[in-house]
Amino acid sequence: MSLDEHRASTREKLIRMANQIATFFHSKPRAEGVEGVAEHINKFWEPRMRRHLFEIIDAGGDGLDELVLAAAPGIRRPAEAA
Amino acid sequence: MGLVHEIDYGTPASRSDKQVTLTVDGFSVTVPEGTSIMRASMEAGIQVPKLCATDMVDAFGSCRLCLVEIEGRAGTPASCTTPVAPGMVVHTQTSRLKDIRKGVMELYISDHPLDCLTCAANGDCELQDMAGAVGLRDVRYGYEGDNHVRAKNDGAANFKWMPKDESNPYFTYDPSKCIVCSRCVRACEEVQGTFALTIEGRGFDSRVSPGAHQLFLDSECVSCGACVQACPTATLTEKSVIEIGQPEHSVVTTCAYCGVGCSFKAEMRGEELVRMVPYKDGKANRGHSCVKGRFAYGYATHKDRILKPMIREKITDPWREVSWEEALTYTANEFRRIQYQYGRAAVGGITSSRCTNEETYLVQKLIRQGFGNNNVDTCARVCHSPTGYGLGQTFGTSAGTQDFDSVEHSDVIVVIGANPASAHPVFASRMKKRIRQGAKLIVIDPRRTEMVKSAHIEAEYHLALKPGTNVAVMTALAHVIVTEGIYDEAFIRERCDWSEFEDWAAFVAEPQNSPEAIEALCGVPAETIRGAARLYARGGNGAIYYGLGVTEHSQGSTTVMAIANLAMATGNIGREGVGVNPLRGQNNVQGSCDMGSFPHELPGYRHISGDAVREIYESLWGVKLDNEPGLRIPNMLDAAVEGTFKGLYVQGEDILQSDPDTKHVAAGLAAMECVVVHDLFLNETANYAHVFLPGSTFLEKDGTFTNAERRINRVRRVMSPKNGYADWEVTQMMAQAMGVDWNYQHPAEIMDEIAKTTPSFAGVSYDYLEKMGSVQWPCNEKAPEGTPIMHIDGFVRGKGKFIRTEYVATDEKTGPRFPLLLTTGRILSQYNVGAQTRRTDNVVWHEEDRLEIHPHDAENRGLRDGDWVRIQSRAGETTLRALITDRVSPGVVYTTFHHPNTQANVVTTDFSDWATNCPEYKVTAVQVAPSNGPSDWQVEYDEQARQSRRITLEAAE
Repeated sequence: MSLDEHRASTREKLIRMANQIATFFHSKPRAEGVEGVAEHINKFWEPRMRRHLFEIIDAGGDGLDELVLAAAPGIRRPAEAA
Repeated sequence: MGLVHEIDYGTPASRSDKQVTLTVDGFSVTVPEGTSIMRASMEAGIQVPKLCATDMVDAFGSCRLCLVEIEGRAGTPASCTTPVAPGMVVHTQTSRLKDIRKGVMELYISDHPLDCLTCAANGDCELQDMAGAVGLRDVRYGYEGDNHVRAKNDGAANFKWMPKDESNPYFTYDPSKCIVCSRCVRACEEVQGTFALTIEGRGFDSRVSPGAHQLFLDSECVSCGACVQACPTATLTEKSVIEIGQPEHSVVTTCAYCGVGCSFKAEMRGEELVRMVPYKDGKANRGHSCVKGRFAYGYATHKDRILKPMIREKITDPWREVSWEEALTYTANEFRRIQYQYGRAAVGGITSSRCTNEETYLVQKLIRQGFGNNNVDTCARVCHSPTGYGLGQTFGTSAGTQDFDSVEHSDVIVVIGANPASAHPVFASRMKKRIRQGAKLIVIDPRRTEMVKSAHIEAEYHLALKPGTNVAVMTALAHVIVTEGIYDEAFIRERCDWSEFEDWAAFVAEPQNSPEAIEALCGVPAETIRGAARLYARGGNGAIYYGLGVTEHSQGSTTVMAIANLAMATGNIGREGVGVNPLRGQNNVQGSCDMGSFPHELPGYRHISGDAVREIYESLWGVKLDNEPGLRIPNMLDAAVEGTFKGLYVQGEDILQSDPDTKHVAAGLAAMECVVVHDLFLNETANYAHVFLPGSTFLEKDGTFTNAERRINRVRRVMSPKNGYADWEVTQMMAQAMGVDWNYQHPAEIMDEIAKTTPSFAGVSYDYLEKMGSVQWPCNEKAPEGTPIMHIDGFVRGKGKFIRTEYVATDEKTGPRFPLLLTTGRILSQYNVGAQTRRTDNVVWHEEDRLEIHPHDAENRGLRDGDWVRIQSRAGETTLRALITDRVSPGVVYTTFHHPNTQANVVTTDFSDWATNCPEYKVTAVQVAPSNGPSDWQVEYDEQARQSRRITLEAAE
């Protein structure tokens, strides 16, 4: 696998990770689920990962679970590159 | 200094609360009811002569040396088998007893070699001591005639004589020195629980026999060393004692293998380690050991150890030995350059679960204070991070709830996704002992492990589920408990949030969560699930022990929560004999998590976003801390591939071998500009390193390890570091090279800083540990002597939280291309990636990793036992040899990952736990086919590894 292919798989991985979190919170009541996804990502995702997530969301959120999109307003946008 | 002497009381302690007072040789002694006269005498300081008694095993009464006289009773009863009684008057030395004892010893010695001067037990022989104690001066029978001592009698072969068995790599069995006291046989049964030894023959023909008259190595013996420890003569002797001689001083320390954290006496002669002997006062192991801790320490002096720092500009260059100063200056300059060029967040580090708490604390401190970011993670990421998350959410604390002693009070033991007999052997022995006493066992595991059925142990229920269906099975167990109304309502109402329970109960009661509904999914008959649920809920004290078979899944965290739900619903929390207990893999996984090794939290599990917590460290360290979580190991590798992460300091972990999807790890490491490996050996990760800093072993440093029961145990230095510095000193020098002002003189000072800043460690200091032996955190004003059992009067988080655990099938599915499920694990003699155990004689038990496959699957593929097979997943392929066994179910294959050339992790995928990114090692869809030998990748890898380990000779002088 070339470095580019590894990078492409990184993007897919990020989408999968976000969707996995959403999947867990789907079994919660809606409001709690939306909050839960946002809180989880805020707590455990490093700014670079959140930046990539917002790139995907801002580009239409293709591939992301709708719960992730619903949670997006609650996810902290990272400050510009440190 | 001298040897640490432990008193042998002859028989085990009685647990009775009732006290009995008696008189022994004129002294009044008060002991618990049920104590033997022998033990009571010893407590009064009077040693009754004995040979077949030792306090690790029950009294046997065979040697007839410990006889006493009791006023008002006839005869001369054995003091080991006679319990005390109120007002009893005992005499341990009378002329009658003297004569009997002398006669008995005379008989023993008439069939024993007289080579005491050259015998390995010289200086540590109970037989010799007893001959002295009873005043034996003559053997009137002579030494001729029938005997077990000489190979020949008057030139003719002596068929009673047996040659020495030297088959075990660590100890010898010399039958000519055996007095048939049965201590070894009983230790094997009662302490270890393997039942590998027996006494064969009768009368004068009696002798100790491993298995059915086999060699030790060919028998069921697991080489735990309990028999060697129990032997009163030189019959069973450590080969190291034979070679070196008796030790002259000893130091109590803690084993550096698994998370049981056994205490050992390191018995020394000068700076040479003679042997490791389990310490009876060690509260984790109570005087027992396994083959790793007892014998497999040879790696500490192995020739592969790297003792000088090395650097190289490119990973294709050979290594160049340099001074410590040059290596550290180079590292500091590189890290600073990378941060200047790519940003502050472009570097990070990994703490080690093999190193001490103090060392781990320093590495995370270096990263947070010196690097100015939170890019720190630890090997717990790939094992028990879901435990931290799951138990944190439900109970409010990221650790097991019990001490190991608790198992002695359990009535039902549930083992989920763990094989303690292989991975936590000393605890397994204690668990098996309880099961032999009548506790019931439930095993939830795809494999039929040794726990399911072994000598005198059989699981009541074995739920041989399909890998990846843990959550479904746990939820089905809950379904039975809820729908059959066998939950503990009083407990739940008092300790948990009742409305959360109601919500959860409604969820688990849904028909799709019933055992009948999930039977097809998980492959476990519904009735088995129902039976197991009823047993756990109503069988008395129910304790759950689990391992990486729970955590290393896409739904690892969910399973941990499901386990916590079960324990709360049945009221199995907050007292002896119950609880939820993660069995930790490495010696200090618990400690490394406690010490703030995770990128999102400071020591004591406090989130980095908390201003008050950051303030504590900011004022102490004089820096502003980043309030954003850092990168976890897999995220670091992703960022490296992306080009935003360029420098990594790895202490004592081999991510290239131990982490999943090897090719991705390799790509990430190769994309970095400065990888610093701080380790004992040139491990696999070092193939991609630019700086190598030699590490020190647990024998060479002071510190503490925290085991799976939250017990903080001292590690004590018994020899000088061969590389010159303990690991904490190396990290400190690196910090200093980077301009950070640290000046610790001793690890005790680091612990003081930890105690000052972490509430759960507030009461811990080296002085206190010296006094107490060990303590279990939390240890503070509220719990000055530590906390053996947690959540006694309520949960740490307040109310216990029930959480819905919906089963989601992993994306890793079998199909036509990859029809089998691969799961991974360990075996007894090897440890983790094998870096240590492969460099010991333990390799006699496990020379290579094998692929276990069911006869049915093997036949379909035309495989025979021992054939080379190719195993292929969507991530990669590797080859190894097949082992055909029905321990695995059809459709499931299994391997260990102890050997780097197996490359098992080339096959595992990048799927991970939803909450923590803990990799899904336990489920990989694969195909297996016959093969001619190593794959291209293995050949290439081997060559690359060989090339990257070259060291130039020019700088070597």
